[in-house]
Amino acid sequence: MKVAITSTGNNLESKLDQRFGRCSYFAVYDLETKGIEFIPNPNKDAQEGAGPASVQLIASRNVQKIISGEFGIKIKSLLDSLKIQMIVLKDPEKKIGEIINMLND
Amino acid sequence: MSPRPLRLRKVSNPPVVSGFKPYGNKKKSSDDENDSVFLHLEEYEALRLCDYEMLDQYHAALMMNVSRPTLTRIYAKARQKIAEAFVLGKQIIIEGGKIYFDSEWYTCKTCGCYFNNPDKLEEIKECPMCRSINFVSYEPDYEKTEDTLIRCMDICICPSCGMGTPRRFGYACKDEICPGCGNKMVKKEASHIRNFK
Repeated sequence: MKVAITSTGNNLESKLDQRFGRCSYFAVYDLETKGIEFIPNPNKDAQEGAGPASVQLIASRNVQKIISGEFGIKIKSLLDSLKIQMIVLKDPEKKIGEIINMLND
Repeated sequence: MSPRPLRLRKVSNPPVVSGFKPYGNKKKSSDDENDSVFLHLEEYEALRLCDYEMLDQYHAALMMNVSRPTLTRIYAKARQKIAEAFVLGKQIIIEGGKIYFDSEWYTCKTCGCYFNNPDKLEEIKECPMCRSINFVSYEPDYEKTEDTLIRCMDICICPSCGMGTPRRFGYACKDEICPGCGNKMVKKEASHIRNFK
């Protein structure tokens, strides 16, 4: 199962990005193979529609869970129909590595 | 001019059945078209909140994200349709309506994260973050909304000792006991208080 985490940078020391649609990177972590992939977000500076475009990007990677600080209003119905779980973590100091350790425990 | 579009009504879960059929029909009806009542999903939800969950209409309206008068209209329509089905022996089909489903939100007490359940058919057994089972359904605190504060400007007053306390939301003054003398309280400016004076 794959989990996407919104990240401010492209390494494990980066912190969780509090925005979903306009985050800097998506860290896609595979719970089975323990592999991690950092995808730069092409919608970082989008004027509008960053959320739905990001959902499309994430969905194309067969992600089943998304961890972020906040989700916009357009996202929920989209993710509901794709059956992707949203996890809201209100902790901007959390590092990607720490989150992955939590998922593995 | 077209009317103002309806506001989307929030329905927490789809009903477990898609309709109801009457049985033991004494008078065979030939016309199938006029044989069913279409109960909208929002009407089902209003009925569920008001009559099954026993919420008052104000809270039911908050749950469905519509105004209180709108909820009353939806609820009245639901009862009218169900009564029609009962009296005329029609079947009830639950479908349609301007609604969206709200997937439930949970909050984990161990790691403090919030998460939803996109697949309603499967029950959530553990927190997706920390695998803890210490999570609860997340309900926004309606009692603290500003609207409620305005509604709570009433004052309860004790008819014997004259002690006054602000009315607690959701409680009638006549159910309150005066903290000073233990008598039943009444709402300030109620007519019998004026007579009492």
